[in-house]
Amino acid sequence: MTDYLIEAKNLSKKFPGVLANDNVSLTLEKGEILALLGENGAGKSTLVKMIYGLYGSDGGELFIKGQKVEFHSPAEAIAKGIGMVHQHFQLVPVMTVAENIVLGAEKTKGIKFDLVAAEKEVTELSIKYGLEVDAKARIEDLPVGMQQRVEILKMLYRKADILIMDEPTAVLTPQETDELLKVMQGFAEKGVGVIFITHKLREVLAIADRVVVLRNGKVVGTTRPKDTDQEGLATMMVGRSVVLDVKKDLANPKNNVLQVKNLNVRDDRRLPAVKDLTLEVRAGEIVGIAGVEGNGQRELVQAITGLRKIDSGTVVINNEDVTKLSPHKIHELGVAHVPEDREKDGLVAAYSIADNSVLNRFDEKEFSKAGVRQIGAIRALATKLVEKFDVRTPSIDTSAGSLSGGNKQKLVIARELIWGPKLLIAAQPTRGVDVGSIEFIHNQIVAARDAGSAVLLVSAELDEVLGLADRVAVMYAGRIVAILNQKDAERNKVGRLMAGGDVN
Amino acid sequence: MLDFIKDNRKPVITLGLVTVIAYVFYFLDEIKTTSVLVFGWGYAVPLVLAAMVGIIGERTGVVNIGIEGQMLMSAFASFFGSVITGNIYIGMLIGIAAGLIMGGFLAVAAVKWEMDQIIAGVVINIVAAGLTSFFYAPGKTLPQLVPVVSIPILSDIPLIGPVFFRNGIFALATLFIVLAVNFAIFKTRWGLRSRSVGEYPSAADAAGINVTRVRMMNVTLAGALAGCAGAFLALEAAGTFARGLTAGRGFLALAIMIFGAWNPLGALAAALFFGISTAIASQLQADEVINIPQQFVNLLPFVMTLIVLSVAVGRVRPPAAAGQPYTKEG
Ligand SMILES: Nc1ncnc2c1ncn2[C@@H]1O[C@H](COP(=O)(O)OP(=O)(O)OP(=O)(O)O)[C@@H](O)[C@H]1O
Ligand SMILES: [Mg+2]
Repeated sequence: MTDYLIEAKNLSKKFPGVLANDNVSLTLEKGEILALLGENGAGKSTLVKMIYGLYGSDGGELFIKGQKVEFHSPAEAIAKGIGMVHQHFQLVPVMTVAENIVLGAEKTKGIKFDLVAAEKEVTELSIKYGLEVDAKARIEDLPVGMQQRVEILKMLYRKADILIMDEPTAVLTPQETDELLKVMQGFAEKGVGVIFITHKLREVLAIADRVVVLRNGKVVGTTRPKDTDQEGLATMMVGRSVVLDVKKDLANPKNNVLQVKNLNVRDDRRLPAVKDLTLEVRAGEIVGIAGVEGNGQRELVQAITGLRKIDSGTVVINNEDVTKLSPHKIHELGVAHVPEDREKDGLVAAYSIADNSVLNRFDEKEFSKAGVRQIGAIRALATKLVEKFDVRTPSIDTSAGSLSGGNKQKLVIARELIWGPKLLIAAQPTRGVDVGSIEFIHNQIVAARDAGSAVLLVSAELDEVLGLADRVAVMYAGRIVAILNQKDAERNKVGRLMAGGDVN
Repeated sequence: MLDFIKDNRKPVITLGLVTVIAYVFYFLDEIKTTSVLVFGWGYAVPLVLAAMVGIIGERTGVVNIGIEGQMLMSAFASFFGSVITGNIYIGMLIGIAAGLIMGGFLAVAAVKWEMDQIIAGVVINIVAAGLTSFFYAPGKTLPQLVPVVSIPILSDIPLIGPVFFRNGIFALATLFIVLAVNFAIFKTRWGLRSRSVGEYPSAADAAGINVTRVRMMNVTLAGALAGCAGAFLALEAAGTFARGLTAGRGFLALAIMIFGAWNPLGALAAALFFGISTAIASQLQADEVINIPQQFVNLLPFVMTLIVLSVAVGRVRPPAAAGQPYTKEG
């Protein structure tokens, strides 16, 4: 008998056209934090989904705490003490925190579901682990960081001693990330084993005990943080060296492309989200919006792209007032939009990659003649996108929904960049994307700028904004509180402004 | 009790208001008010039951537009079951069983085979209309009438007593069914799990809940309530069976479900509203206060459905996953 919490031997998983996992072997010990690294589509999510019983395997053996298992559903994995936080949260938005946490493992009082006891238990649990949440709050009213806590508490409630976390930090603010890393270390000290998937090498170096790197479904190496650094990890993942800093020349801004004046917009709950905001972006420059998520960035982007009603103020693009235009009309003015939620707003999951690659331009002459779709041209475009942006897929006929998270993102970026837009609005363009692809996407955004596009970049990654933007606009509570040139945008200063402080 | 009122503010206020107004009229004209309310509640009963079928289905993520057909089959089965066996109680059970079978049919088609839910419902309606017309035999009568049961004490309350607590079995049971469904959906473990399946099935799956099983079970069991509605129509309300007996009530029930915001008590209030307004209209007609051709009166449910839907849709939020088959990946 071994001491391993998890021991996977030669696990394989096939999808139509891809071998997502190819004889993967892996172990996890008590109290160990194991980081799983790899490019987009390398097979990380697939591997952990097999361990969690969401996917069956096509070969290999899995031992949990020394016992051979064959899971057919998550319920069986949960019973063995495995918990998983998914890349996409699995929470019921209209239910409360307590209801979500106990769901599937509810206690009853007579025939009644005991909500009071659930709320009490959840509150106790959250205090015990330092993950404070309001047990009675509804999920949909909570920021993502809080929702993540709920996911973690859900596992703790089930007394999981194996935690699997698939890109838990992708949607967190830096502060929330730091807290989460501490929480994970706390678990490890209590003997819990953690499998941690991330694309952020800094996080790996900070807390992992061991790193396993996957490429094309195979394990290509195992290392320890003390034996390597960011460059070393990046090279292991991608198979070549990666430049982690953005290289670009000074901007050469020209005419005004986007002018936002005294804009006021409300959020979904009808509360003011963007307040009297004024901003300009010129051709040939990248303006980056730095800010903690939820300070009105989403509503600003939606207002500019025509997806959200504007209360007052104007948006002018290339001297045309677009305040009341439809998203499609705005697109026709030369505006490209990379939405922050690729699953919901960026792709039609059930459509093929080919069809998704003309979502924004399906009615242009090139792709539609007299109302008849030009399949040849569409396929040619899709092939070009997939090749140029390295979207890992068995074919362009595969449904977009079956792409790995990062490859979905790459497809959206490719579609929006390829046609040389006059204005590119990119929200979280590299969320969930591997380091190699981040480098590539950054270079493409800079190339678009150099070709004369105006770029508005919104990112929760401060480093991304500071590295890419020629001018940095700091957004706080719905307002732009400062606009700084790149050379004046110091990390600390911007961080203070983002938190609502002042420059001094 | 207080919690109950707090949880269900809107329906409780509506029902309270209706009660107060009803008593005002009761003091003005005892006989007419009672008869309007008796008619109104009689009209509402099958709608309420059918709306429960819709609510249980959609709360679990399955849209059921086959309620009409499920009711029709049950009405047919309960009537001819009574005629053949010579016993209305056996007829009732046969009606409920028919509802269960029809529920099971939708469950298998829409959940197990992942057929489009709307198409599955349409198929049920067509099959039901076809079978009940084909096998219909005219000139049969019920072996006995459904006895009227009075609930002691409650039935002695003026107005409310004779309207709600002195009735046939199904009409009596309906009130309790609504309370039971309401309790089950919002207060039990079954309800919590069902709602999670109807809102976000992959989250339910990740929490270890068997989505397919929950949906199969709920859709099938809800069929029994469609069975009650059908048996009520044939045995208690009409006392006979005719082709197309349900006359669009299954669709009206869906409008009531939406009007009641997928909430059993809300649906009860909405159905009472429909029932009483129809009753008032026909009372005014009888008193020759207004004079509209009968055909238009018959149209009323459909017109009201349209109006209600145009008002309610967009204001209330349906269960997020209603209508979407759940396919596990991988
Ligand atoms: N449900 C599915 N159906 C078909 N193919 C799939 C499915 N899920 C994943 N794949 C394919 O399997 C491969 C591995 O995907 P996986 O999601 O495991 O990658 P990943 O390492 O998690 O990537 P990312 O970092 O982008 O999340 C990809 O080629 C992907 O297209
Ligand atoms: Mg993944």
